[in-house]
Amino acid sequence: MFKSIFDQYEWNEVKAGIYAKTARDVEQALHNQRRSLEDFAALISPAAAPYLAEMAAMSQALTRQRFGNTMQLYIPMYLSNECQNICTYCGFSLDNKIRRKTLSPAEMLLETAAIKEMGFEHVLLVTGEANQLVSTDYFKKTLQLLRPHFANISMEVQPMDEQDYRELAELGLHAVLVYQETYHQDDYKKHHPKGRKSNFDYRLETPDRLGRAGIHKMGLGVLIGLEDWRTDSFFTALHLAYLEKKYWQTKYSISFPRLRPFSGGLTPKVVMNDRELVQLICAYRLFNQEVELSISTREEEKFRNNIVNLGITAMSAASKTNPGGYVVDQQSLEQFEISDDRSAAAIADMLKKQGFEPVWKDWDPAFSGEIKKVVG
Amino acid sequence: MEPLIIAGREFYSRLFTGTGKFSSPEVMESALLASGSELVTVALKRVEMDNKADDMLRHLSHSRMHLLPNTSGVRTAKEAVYAAQLAREALETNWIKLEIHPDPRYLMPDPVETLLAAEELVKLGFVVLPYVHADPVLCKRLEDVGTAAVMPLGAPIGSNKGLKTFDFLEIIIAQSNIPVIVDAGIGSPSHAAQAMEMGASAVLVNTAIAVARNPVQMAAAFKAGVEAGRMAYEAGLPVSSQHAVASSPLIAFLDEA
Repeated sequence: MFKSIFDQYEWNEVKAGIYAKTARDVEQALHNQRRSLEDFAALISPAAAPYLAEMAAMSQALTRQRFGNTMQLYIPMYLSNECQNICTYCGFSLDNKIRRKTLSPAEMLLETAAIKEMGFEHVLLVTGEANQLVSTDYFKKTLQLLRPHFANISMEVQPMDEQDYRELAELGLHAVLVYQETYHQDDYKKHHPKGRKSNFDYRLETPDRLGRAGIHKMGLGVLIGLEDWRTDSFFTALHLAYLEKKYWQTKYSISFPRLRPFSGGLTPKVVMNDRELVQLICAYRLFNQEVELSISTREEEKFRNNIVNLGITAMSAASKTNPGGYVVDQQSLEQFEISDDRSAAAIADMLKKQGFEPVWKDWDPAFSGEIKKVVG
Repeated sequence: MEPLIIAGREFYSRLFTGTGKFSSPEVMESALLASGSELVTVALKRVEMDNKADDMLRHLSHSRMHLLPNTSGVRTAKEAVYAAQLAREALETNWIKLEIHPDPRYLMPDPVETLLAAEELVKLGFVVLPYVHADPVLCKRLEDVGTAAVMPLGAPIGSNKGLKTFDFLEIIIAQSNIPVIVDAGIGSPSHAAQAMEMGASAVLVNTAIAVARNPVQMAAAFKAGVEAGRMAYEAGLPVSSQHAVASSPLIAFLDEA
């Protein structure tokens, strides 16, 4: 389990190590053909800032070689904003007095129709954590309902047990995104004082449970703004490297959510500027040519238009972060404010103008077990 | 040049191509036309099988261009067989490029699952072209179960590194009774020419064309490279030698009186 590796590292030592990196370390990292975790640490360090142009060019070339001139598109569908956790940074937090909403099957189909109308085939289902109301059983029924409508279904919901994941995968669940939020244990407890999410270790070992359950893809990341992003990103890369060797049949994706304002919310402890986010994205690409790098509508239009050239391989578009946000209940409360509210067609057009083919479909339900009747 | 015959179908181009990684369906179409390719592989997972007006398929609709659906994305023999059946139904062809790479990072083909799936698919009446490591024994085992060709890799897929498996490809070509198509790793027309000169029946190229600055021109370059290599092979390459052949003192005694 990753816990045994994680415990060998001490946050302050890792942090000091990153901040002690020199220009010489960065140059060595850029020069290496295969880059180690220490190289990654150099590339995310302050010492790498003057090398950003070089990193960007290398990141672009590596990404094009592996992923070609294509960009995967997906959209989130928020199913519920019920939540029994208190998370200091989240709009769905239990102590945030908002109207709660969980979509019924009929409402899901209305949202689905609106999403399909925009052209999407890959959907990310999102909820808070309300284990009674929005339970494994709820997810099973949801997958059975939605599977015929989408080529690819991912989930970003509460962490579950291995057996739950196994059963959901059998029903066609393709990917699970579970962000550690922060690898800083004390800070994690501070930001998650109440609810099942307050259990740091259970969350930390979620990717292991997903790997054992044989999920096709998992998404990792930290919420940027809670703690020193460089140190948190080092731990994410450590986690990734461990998982890739252990669960070698699983595909991995990394996201870089920067804390966004929400009604009644927390001011970030650490602010990461655009230049630093570009540095982080390029560093991931130089560290790992094959990992998917994803960017959401948390980021602004101009940034998104430019970042597609620098290592990103998947992006969401036209997102609503409230349950029913597309048609059913457009006024329900958002998890966070989005920054790029362009339509899916506008994003596709932007990509085409920059020489990318927008990819709406890159999976088929048939690959995850039988769904359609086959003749012959 | 001699046509290549696979499962009774004649090919006048020995350059097979892929359809991934292009910047648009229009660029893909122009590049594939410039390549002269008559066999074009399509990832089933990218195709909207219910949609007759699928954007990719629409741009591949040319009389000389045959579709070769592939099973990219499957992890087991069972999934591959199922995907192949769907492909046969949706694309109306019994040709299948069998790709089982359970490792999504390096996309290395699984020899065990591939052999199992190949056997099953042949029984189901498919023309099976399996993507495999440059493993001479595996290639013979696939030939034994009835695949129409073998497609050993030159280097990791998408790596553009050329024929890193050269020595094993030589053995496979020497041993094979079915066409050998070098797939994956071919990064430049000279790599393609090298494969053809050594006697490969055909090559399959995708990344090197799709991500070139000018994919159409690169496709034409590969066409020329493949033709040059094949022509040279058919013409009979002179044997190259590391050292000059002179009268040797080792056998001079034979001429002594």
